[in-house]
Amino acid sequence: MTDVKPKAVRRLGDIVFANLTFLAGISILLTLATVAAFLFAQSVPAFTGEPIEAAENGFWAYVFPFIFGTVYASVIALAIATPLAIGIALYISHFANRRFSQILGYAVDLLAAIPSVVYGLWGILVLAPFLTPSYRWLNENLGWVPVFGGQVSATGRTMLTVGIVLAIMVLPIMAALIREVFLQTPRLHEEAALALGATRWEMIKMAVLPFGRPGIISAAMLGLGRALGETMAVAMVLSPAAVISFDMLTSTNSNTIAANIALQFPEAGGNYTNLLIATGLVLFGITMVVNMIARWVISRRAEFSGAN
Amino acid sequence: MNNILKLGALAAASTLVLAGCAANEAAVEETTSAATTDTTTETVVELTGTLNGSGASSMAAGQEAWIAAFQTANPGVTVNYDPTGSGTGRKQFMEGATSFTGSDSYWKEEELGGEFPSCAAGTLPWEFPIWISPIAVIFNLDGVSSLNMDGATVAGIFAGEITKWNDAAIVATNPGVSLPDLAITAVHRSDESGTSKNFTDYLGAVAPDVWTVGAIEAWPAEYGGEGAQGTSGVVSAVSGGNGTIGYADASRAGDLGTVAVKVGSDYVAYSAEAAAAVVDASPLVEGRESYDLATKIDRNTTASGAYPIVLVSYLMGCNDYADDAQAELVRAWASFLVSEEGQQAAAASAGNAPISAGLRAKAQAIIDAIK
Repeated sequence: MTDVKPKAVRRLGDIVFANLTFLAGISILLTLATVAAFLFAQSVPAFTGEPIEAAENGFWAYVFPFIFGTVYASVIALAIATPLAIGIALYISHFANRRFSQILGYAVDLLAAIPSVVYGLWGILVLAPFLTPSYRWLNENLGWVPVFGGQVSATGRTMLTVGIVLAIMVLPIMAALIREVFLQTPRLHEEAALALGATRWEMIKMAVLPFGRPGIISAAMLGLGRALGETMAVAMVLSPAAVISFDMLTSTNSNTIAANIALQFPEAGGNYTNLLIATGLVLFGITMVVNMIARWVISRRAEFSGAN
Repeated sequence: MNNILKLGALAAASTLVLAGCAANEAAVEETTSAATTDTTTETVVELTGTLNGSGASSMAAGQEAWIAAFQTANPGVTVNYDPTGSGTGRKQFMEGATSFTGSDSYWKEEELGGEFPSCAAGTLPWEFPIWISPIAVIFNLDGVSSLNMDGATVAGIFAGEITKWNDAAIVATNPGVSLPDLAITAVHRSDESGTSKNFTDYLGAVAPDVWTVGAIEAWPAEYGGEGAQGTSGVVSAVSGGNGTIGYADASRAGDLGTVAVKVGSDYVAYSAEAAAAVVDASPLVEGRESYDLATKIDRNTTASGAYPIVLVSYLMGCNDYADDAQAELVRAWASFLVSEEGQQAAAASAGNAPISAGLRAKAQAIIDAIK
């Protein structure tokens, strides 16, 4: 029996192109590995070298307030940004007329292009003074709610302001992603819902949101990733201290890991630098865990979505 | 336009000063009369080469002004100043990477025991204050533009013990000023900074029982208050709130209210003269060589008209350079920095306080001995 299977023709161009894409793909892994290796190697002297004044009670006592601050600021940001992003995405995909939704779409993309240092400046010079009276009101009338208690800040440079700035920063990417997912809702699902007598809101509730749920979750995780690592805007806006505090309206706020590195690194010497890099490693770990949870949630939810 | 004219005049003047230094020491008085046309000076001094320095970022703005003026006067010379921070600057000098250093703190004893590869073997470096920067205590309180406070009150405010503007301690020293029942927001630097270190050194010296942690760069969490990034951050936080108080380089105080602090029995507001006066009134660090003008700023000074909250930066270089060409360059460069023109040039661009005439003369004597 002769071999009649036709042999695939391998042209030079195919081989070159296949290898180029392989290199591009592998470069992601290489970069990640180098960054991780750098963080590990540079963190070691923080634990083996002479004791560091800033971390006299041990590394975890030093880093824990910053871990708390990082997560707290990001959670506030997500709590504000997620409903807003869903609203924007729904309006653009299902309510606005085509022309206006295009303009809105451009505007959202434009927001994403503003550098974080500009958000920081805007936060200090415009948003914080603007919000201060509202903070005073919140503190006087809702001060019994734990997070609104304490001595209200006179400058507005608080955890809540940081949360709002971060929310605005993560909003564009979340809104854009969710909008794309909503636009992909199968037309038949939507029309079926409408044909059964659903109002537009009921149609969205029955067809669009269940279909888009994994998309919403992955958008939220992408936003969370950006909020966790945001440095400049937090360093500029937040009035930090090395404490754990749930109060959102006071001058004493837990700093975030990234902002703390940015603030302390320029004057750091000796193995204090290594200590800061070690906190960076912790942040790296947190981001990784968040991403893994997101993957898990999405894979678990996939079967319930309308995608299949 | 005005700046260009100034720079030109400065350049002409400084050429003459440098020329004068090489030829004879009394050239400073001649500069004004000879500033129009003088062909001889250019042939006398024809400096060429590159001079590298690094160190304190506090004087970076001054270094920029000095470099611009000096290089205009000496087209053959390139001066580089890398504002790496004081500690790094001194370290680089001790590694032989630079020929001069700017530093917010004087040489430590253990550093003077080390090697200085830029200098001839076995010789030590000189140092003298070159940069005095008053630190203003600024506040934002409706209708009040200046307040008198003693050191213990300032310390109490920043340590979180005095929390209201109408506290008895503030009222007592400000008769006739109506102070509101308003919470005080004390703003400090959230990044590590020499400004914080000098300010807290003052607090610790004048009120050791209120400010118990001494001179620090990182703010202790138990003292509370509000943190802000950099001088600009502090100034914008203080301007942005009501009832805020902070400390910042005096050149950045702007329209904000400032505190006059108690010195002896008077209250002294910051000024260039008052800042230079406290350096003159302070003793030199004991046990140093004659070419080492390390000064222990006397924060408790009672000298009249002295303002004790200042940041002092030093210029450091070799008494005897391993490379004679570098010696010649440093002599010219340092002479320009301590000259009245040099000091005024920096003050005009960075708003610091020029060093006093007495200190300039002492520094010039050290410079003249550079080999």
